[in-house]
Amino acid sequence: MTNDIERRLHEGGLAKGDVVNLQRRLFLRHGLSFAALTMLTGCDVVTNTGPVDAFLRAIGRFNDGVQAALFNPRKLAPTYPDSMVPAEFRFNAQYGIDRIPNINPATWRLQPSGLVGDKRAWTLEQLQSLPQRQDVTRHVCVEGWSMIGKWGGVPLRTFLEKTGADLTARYVSFHCDDPISYTTSIDMASALHPQTILCLTYAGKPITAPFGAPMRVKIPTKLGFKQPKFVTEIRVTNQYPAGYWENYGYNWFAGL
Amino acid sequence: MQDDKQNRLLHSLIVRITHWTWALGVLLLIGSGLRIYESDPVFESVAFPVWITLGGSYEDTNRLHNDFGLAAALLWHFAAMWLLFASLIVFVAWGFWSGHFRRKYVPVTAAEVIGNATDFFKGKLAHDLGTRNAIQKLLYAFALLMMVLMLLSGLVLWKPVQFHELSLLMGQYEGARYVHFFGMVGIVLFLVVHIALTLLVPKVLLPMITGRAPPSTASHRMPGATP
Repeated sequence: MTNDIERRLHEGGLAKGDVVNLQRRLFLRHGLSFAALTMLTGCDVVTNTGPVDAFLRAIGRFNDGVQAALFNPRKLAPTYPDSMVPAEFRFNAQYGIDRIPNINPATWRLQPSGLVGDKRAWTLEQLQSLPQRQDVTRHVCVEGWSMIGKWGGVPLRTFLEKTGADLTARYVSFHCDDPISYTTSIDMASALHPQTILCLTYAGKPITAPFGAPMRVKIPTKLGFKQPKFVTEIRVTNQYPAGYWENYGYNWFAGL
Repeated sequence: MQDDKQNRLLHSLIVRITHWTWALGVLLLIGSGLRIYESDPVFESVAFPVWITLGGSYEDTNRLHNDFGLAAALLWHFAAMWLLFASLIVFVAWGFWSGHFRRKYVPVTAAEVIGNATDFFKGKLAHDLGTRNAIQKLLYAFALLMMVLMLLSGLVLWKPVQFHELSLLMGQYEGARYVHFFGMVGIVLFLVVHIALTLLVPKVLLPMITGRAPPSTASHRMPGATP
């Protein structure tokens, strides 16, 4: 997040809330012990600032480990009959539908980066020529709602193998070409899960702009915010990459 | 201590620790749970005032977490769940192993329940420290059952894929949302009764902290009851 904010600061695309957040992050980074002495008030308990927030986030990291242990890489998310698939899915994003990017599929490229052998960018046609997989699964949002849909595309495992990625690396992060430069990241075990796909279709047709065209990531074993839209870069790394909502305090593993 | 019959042990250390651990856990879980509920209500017409929820003011959470308290509430919820989880596992395992459940909870007969309930509404139900009447047995069994239900439905909501088989018992993910909501309602109803009865017979409170009955309060009748 800090890196993201610093980058956006240089690019001039920074809002007032980001500055407050940056100040807070620098404060947390450099002044945690001072914060622990001065900020433990009732007010901070309910707003999750200072040491209470740090403590709860530490339990969150412990929960990441518990979730990784509970995750069975061979267990498939339950699938449903085609009759349960609605024609239109629910639109949900941090920005309004009027601000969704309109990406030209002909010029769109997917850039592999980090611990990969082949860093050549991929075109949509190249992805479409790889073996595809389609599943009717339940999409669960961290807000609480869920919805069944039918998504198809290239298994992320296939893509990682084709790019010569280090499959023993810890993390895979996704970077998006959208108004908030959305990012998120997952563990390698979830990346290699057979139902984790670079999603190109919904209900058999190419996904449309509100849902991340031309490519979004679909992970039926993760919450919705771990399934980014408008993805243009996939990075393999051993450094914890965090993500947009993760930096706001949402649990990183977020497995289902 | 054992030679002091008046000052006998009413609640073992394990009962007192688990009691207060899940008292804290349940309050944190209800407070944060209601804030989580708010982000996507199970029932459109059922809402809760922000001040009874745990997650901070809208201004603060919007500034710090870019939301209306969901991130903060989730952090609380998935931390407090360990308090409930640990105390429930310890208590249930100990309850079976030590014979606590057998000694204190069975048998409960219908006649006893009806008799106790009649006495209660007449204001005549005796509360003998250390023994449980049928209504207490049912209330505590209900609270335990509700907490087990919350644990199981919570597991399904947290991990609907990993616990898919368990989710089939409660209508999968969407069904578990209703189970989790009504389990919360059940626990709140229990708390209302439990706390009201404690206020009616306040001498039961101290033994849940010290473990021991104060001298000469071995038996207590509800206020207004004829001796």
